[in-house]
Amino acid sequence: MPIKDYIRERFFPHMWCPGCGHGTVLNSLLRAVEQLGMSKNEIVVVSGIGCSARISGYVDFHTLHTLHGRALAFATGVKLSKPELNVIVPMGDGDALAIGGNHFIHAARRNIAMTAIVMNNKIYGMTGGQFSPLTGVGGMATTAPYASIDRSFDVVELAKAAGATYVARSTAFHAQECTQMIHDAILHDGFSVVEIMTQCPTHYGRKNKKGGPAEMIKEFKDITTPIGSKAKQENPGLIERGVFVEKDLPEYCAEYDKIIERAQGGA
Amino acid sequence: MGKAKLKEHRINRDWCKGCGICVELCPKKVLELDAEEKAVAVRPEDCIACKLCEIRCPDLAIEIITEPDEK
Ligand SMILES: Cc1ncc(C[n+]2csc(CCOP(=O)(O)OP(=O)(O)O)c2C)c(N)n1
Ligand code: SF4
Ligand code: SF4
Ligand code: SF4
Ligand SMILES: [Mg+2]
Repeated sequence: MPIKDYIRERFFPHMWCPGCGHGTVLNSLLRAVEQLGMSKNEIVVVSGIGCSARISGYVDFHTLHTLHGRALAFATGVKLSKPELNVIVPMGDGDALAIGGNHFIHAARRNIAMTAIVMNNKIYGMTGGQFSPLTGVGGMATTAPYASIDRSFDVVELAKAAGATYVARSTAFHAQECTQMIHDAILHDGFSVVEIMTQCPTHYGRKNKKGGPAEMIKEFKDITTPIGSKAKQENPGLIERGVFVEKDLPEYCAEYDKIIERAQGGA
Repeated sequence: MGKAKLKEHRINRDWCKGCGICVELCPKKVLELDAEEKAVAVRPEDCIACKLCEIRCPDLAIEIITEPDEK
């Protein structure tokens, strides 16, 4: 099945700016689903609000476009009522880790089987370039005209500490790697987090003098390195890409089913 | 697995936004933006059908058709 069969073509060309990295995430997600050979009816995409969250409008699966920061809460409801479905939750960095930070850590702690894709462009794209918890020290934003003094979250470290059982990171430059990670995350029976670094040329790029979309996406090659590489030892400032966690722990819906059985007098 | 041979660059001019990502990142410099800022294959004979342009395009606007079609 070609990837175009998985989109709502009537809404294209999409609303993202020229060269927005979120589009490459959509591209990778579609290829991952194509490789899995799943039917459209087996997949639910739940998103919140943000440029990133608009992705749910473009894919021809079951979709819910919900509230800013609350996608994982809605997704939890969907998954608990229909555990046989594959739930995918694409989120912006603000959506996932500012307003939605609590939902994020608790979904990870519960280890509920769903795939959170954090489309990290280090900024609030949709609302005009305010800084997010991922902008980091020195980053420029409309709300930090003299540079941000806030330290950044590390999505991978946060997801690991909160208990996610699949944690990976890649970038829009490494589209093939993204497809593989999304593929594996969907198959993983537990809470999966895939952080994908994406470029927002319109706000983050302009404010931080990063050049155009091509320069921005190429920078992801220069500032990242595979986990444990020699380059990382020589240059600790590089951001590692790869799969950081992949482990089996009791999954929430399965545990909940056991409770139902007990309550019904089985034990 | 035999190497796929290029048949055609299928570029959707209605969807392409001229971001230049495919042009800049093509390892063989096959693509350019035309006067309307749309991607075109100006040196198709150099294309190695790696599909890097296709998988990175944020607008799903470029498709590499190969023969024999592996799909
Ligand atoms: C409850 C609530 N608060 C604030 C907003 C305004 N708002 C919409 S999107 C957004 C942030 C978007 O940033 P991010 O999640 O990083 O997504 P991006 O647009 O960068 O992809 C904010 C603050 C909202 N829609 N709802
Ligand atoms: S504002 Fe930024 S994140 Fe939003 S569509 Fe434009 S480039 Fe993408
Ligand atoms: S990457 Fe896609 S949208 Fe950008 S110029 Fe190439 S074909 Fe057009
Ligand atoms: S398939 Fe590879 S070589 Fe051919 S145009 Fe695309 S990026 Fe260039
Ligand atoms: Mg953002």
